[in-house]
Amino acid sequence: MVELWDGYIWPTLWTVIKILVIVIPVMISVAYLTYAERKVIGAMHMRRGPNVVGPFGLLQPMADGLKLFLKETIIPSGANRGVFLIAPMLTFILALVAWAVIPFGAGLVLADINVGILFLFAISSLGVYGILMAGWASNSRYAFLGALRSAAQMVSYEVSMGFVIITVLMCVGSLNLSDIVEAQKTVWFVVPLFPMAVIFFISTLAETNRHPFDLPEAESELVSGYNVEYSAMAFALFFLGEYANMILMAAMTSILFLGGWLPPVDIAPFNWVPGPIWFFAKIAFCLFIFLWVRATFPRYRYDQLMRLGWKVFLPISLAAVAIVAGVLVAFDLAPVVG
Amino acid sequence: MSFISSGTRAFFLTELVSGMWLTLRYMFRAKVTLNYPFEKGPLSPRFRGEHALRRYPNGEERCIACKLCEAICPAQAITIEAEPRDDGSRRTTRYDIDMTKCIYCGLCEEACPVDAIVEGPNFEFATETREELMYDKDKLLANGDRWETELAERLRADAPYR
Repeated sequence: MVELWDGYIWPTLWTVIKILVIVIPVMISVAYLTYAERKVIGAMHMRRGPNVVGPFGLLQPMADGLKLFLKETIIPSGANRGVFLIAPMLTFILALVAWAVIPFGAGLVLADINVGILFLFAISSLGVYGILMAGWASNSRYAFLGALRSAAQMVSYEVSMGFVIITVLMCVGSLNLSDIVEAQKTVWFVVPLFPMAVIFFISTLAETNRHPFDLPEAESELVSGYNVEYSAMAFALFFLGEYANMILMAAMTSILFLGGWLPPVDIAPFNWVPGPIWFFAKIAFCLFIFLWVRATFPRYRYDQLMRLGWKVFLPISLAAVAIVAGVLVAFDLAPVVG
Repeated sequence: MSFISSGTRAFFLTELVSGMWLTLRYMFRAKVTLNYPFEKGPLSPRFRGEHALRRYPNGEERCIACKLCEAICPAQAITIEAEPRDDGSRRTTRYDIDMTKCIYCGLCEEACPVDAIVEGPNFEFATETREELMYDKDKLLANGDRWETELAERLRADAPYR
């Protein structure tokens, strides 16, 4: 009995507790990201944003969530029931699974695997399946077009994102996310690789279907895109998944370019602050830029979006891979591996 | 040479950054939101809100059942029936306005020769059922009694421009 407890039950329970400790804050951050989005964009429009439910409107996300939870889930008669219902779950689950490898501080990571960045990249690419299934199963033209756009867009931007990640990896010499952060002890990669950071950030905007690349849900043409037939909790799952992905991409940007949990400079007042707080501050900063961009720019035209992805970002990032590799070899800066 | 400058601008995202700088500055400007149920904007004397039937100061109703408002109403929201009263004066026996049909154009008020039917300053008369929006004569006269001070003042303020 003791052996069973020590060998199986307790480790499982401990993992579940660790998962909950990550997932619950992520869900709360998603709720408050929607609130922050409305407040920030409101402020940029010189409006107030939600301010009625609770003090400063702080309970607004709860009210929204409750509303979606209590509504009826309508399944269109023409839809493929099984796939229709799996799609939002898939989006939501994939958005949460990726958090397993994110290091919140030195050693504070659920699964410290050696190919962390590869895992993240794979999971974020899988996200497109949820959208494709939703668009296909809805049996609606709007949803279908939205899903097609979304798939094409994600595939195009993943290519340049991959090259950007390769430039970072060449500077680190490891695929482990903790190692990537540790390699930024002396200088954050945003400084030497600034153009790559910009390309990466813009690609994450496209990857999460955010403005100005929100063509999959372009209200003015596709009503709401791939989730047009969804209601209530199924819609809420898409919504949560999308925002969790945004936070994930912000976390990825902070890990790859903004030095993860490291303070900006390793001197007295800065290194008193614990690592996770630096990490959260950096995520919050990236998310603010997400919202800021949404408040500023109009939507791209679809062919321009494709042109930007294939004719601008791909050549630049490809050239950057060569240049960074060349510089690392020429000045003998390449990290020693093994 | 122009492609160099335009290329540099595109490469350094100059225009995008200046656009973002603009929105960032706007973020710290004073808000223009009116905190509606607690704050309200100013209303013109010509504002066309909820209808009311007015009375003379001696309490006699103004409406003489000429039916000009019924005739001019583009939405055909007004229904009037009239017959001579015991003292021989012509009065309405029925004066209904279907507020769900009304388009708040103000033509009834324009047409009225005795300033009986007016559109007042009240715009907060939402109800929970449709039926409550079928106004009858009693309701309209009650509105008139309730808003008379303001209605008279508004007519006086607007008179020079009529």
